[in-house]
Amino acid sequence: MLNKDLKLNTKMFDKDVEQIPIRKGFGEGLVKAGENDPQVVALCADLTESSQTLFFKEKFPNRFVEIGVAEQNLASVASGMAAMGKIPFITSYAMFSPGRNWEQIRTTICYNNRPVKIAGSHAGISVGPDGGTHQAIEDIAITRVIPRMVVISPCDAIEARKATIAAAKNGTPVYIRLAREKTPVMTTDATPFEIGKAQTMWTPSVHKPAVGIIATGALLHKALQAAKELDGKIEVEVMNLATIKPLDEKAVIALAKKTGKIITVEEHQIRGGMGSAVAECLAKHYPVPMKFIGVDEEFGQSGTPEELIEHYGMGKNAIIEAIKSLS
Amino acid sequence: MDLSDEKVIELKEIANDIRISIIDMLLEAKSGHTAGPLGMADIFTILYFHTLKHDPKNPEWEDRDRVVLSNGHICPVLYATMAHAGYFSVKELKTLRKFKSRLQGHPHRDFLPTLETSSGPLGSGLSQAVGMAIADKMDAKDGDPSSTLRAGRRIYCLMSDGELDEGQSWEAILLAGKNKLHNLVAVIDRNNIQIDGYTEDIMPLESLSDKWRAFNWYVIEVDGHNMEEIADAFEKAKAIYEKPTVIIAHTIPGKGVKEFERDYRWHGKPPNPEEAKMALHELRTLGGKIKSEHE
Repeated sequence: MLNKDLKLNTKMFDKDVEQIPIRKGFGEGLVKAGENDPQVVALCADLTESSQTLFFKEKFPNRFVEIGVAEQNLASVASGMAAMGKIPFITSYAMFSPGRNWEQIRTTICYNNRPVKIAGSHAGISVGPDGGTHQAIEDIAITRVIPRMVVISPCDAIEARKATIAAAKNGTPVYIRLAREKTPVMTTDATPFEIGKAQTMWTPSVHKPAVGIIATGALLHKALQAAKELDGKIEVEVMNLATIKPLDEKAVIALAKKTGKIITVEEHQIRGGMGSAVAECLAKHYPVPMKFIGVDEEFGQSGTPEELIEHYGMGKNAIIEAIKSLS
Repeated sequence: MDLSDEKVIELKEIANDIRISIIDMLLEAKSGHTAGPLGMADIFTILYFHTLKHDPKNPEWEDRDRVVLSNGHICPVLYATMAHAGYFSVKELKTLRKFKSRLQGHPHRDFLPTLETSSGPLGSGLSQAVGMAIADKMDAKDGDPSSTLRAGRRIYCLMSDGELDEGQSWEAILLAGKNKLHNLVAVIDRNNIQIDGYTEDIMPLESLSDKWRAFNWYVIEVDGHNMEEIADAFEKAKAIYEKPTVIIAHTIPGKGVKEFERDYRWHGKPPNPEEAKMALHELRTLGGKIKSEHE
């Protein structure tokens, strides 16, 4: 059953569940962060509307910088602005930022220790029809490997809004992973959010859980659907791991101890992603059998989000299969 | 502000001392770059001992001008100049490139926080300087809409000619031109060499001044070893309100040591003890003009 303490959206399993793009939550959060602190500025690489930076630009035209299609410049200009006391948010598609400008992020932002916030929209395979060039499924791997970088992958628009507001205040470089398409809203305004804190979303109603599922991003909804469908048959516990780095090791280890089996679910390459982060932690502290749901050494392609998620084995049924094979 | 004859002599002596320190440092470090640092010693001298608004005893001063060294590999000249200007002791220069030294092989703010940026990978310094200049103008705009935007901090980016091969350099040049960053000055060390050879063989840059002009910059070309010309160029840049300024400084790589001058092979190696002895003798006797070496 859903964790009542988190005040989650009780209608999340309804057919007509409210669906909002995660990137929209970022756009709202950015405006709020701008209201909270006059030092917050935004820079965009010719994707102002698509990245939802538009609202900030309209509200604070003097604090917005249009960089043009130049993501390497985007990252380093932001570093320079941070050196003058600004808190810059840079926005583009994840494939180009942090994709194309990785070295600039590594050297001019993280090595320089400048609190630049990188918002990568259109992450994951569910970008859909644009095809593989625009589907960032390596971004978690390349950001979490950089020292000082905090990596957040919100599960819905509301969590994205909270993550954006929190990122503006935390004083470090942050990568916020955003998705393009509308996805189910699972949290509410009242759901707590803290960078670095995992949340238990679903617990068995009667028995001890046989499998622990750790999900990040919009696929959390698929994991919860799987848990609900198996309720009373195979009991599982589902964790929302919004902050991938720093990893909430305590919560991850506790779940492994409780269940003895872990499945990770992410819209990302299996190698180097959130599942790898969990495996690094458990291999060291409490090794248990694991399964990894994600893209397995392939690039994406055109299709609807649902078609692609099914094709690459990340849907509800794939999660149920993984649970059955482990339990 | 014109330089007096006495001031020019004083500045030349400082530049010579900086060159001596560069040779001392590289000899001790046994690795590093020789030609670029020697070639840029005169420009660094003018900047830190004449042009800059800064206070070595109060490096965090908010109103200070900012210096971004983009081509981090010439950091021996930055470190030597900062030491002679009073940021830290000249003695510390001998720790260059050593374990736990504040003077890392390429500048790193974690180790030496008074640096404005860490640098090394080419082509990103100008972008950071552009960001600083935009932020400075933004503050002026937010603070007082009627501000002339002329009283703010000035941002100086020192960069190499070779790093103009990097596409990112041109992204930054475009953006600075678009935003009319009058508070930004880029100084190009036009020494015509890069690691693999002469710039015009590796990747021709000419006509360099036309390129920058086409990107909406105000271009000044100077002899990078003429103290008056360099100082004048920095002053002139302050009077340009509609554009960023680029100073294309024609320098001689290895300047000050005849054996090293104009030879690209000195780009990335340090002198051995014999070569250092010869170089120091030349610098300490001002090219043989004085008989007894001064320390």
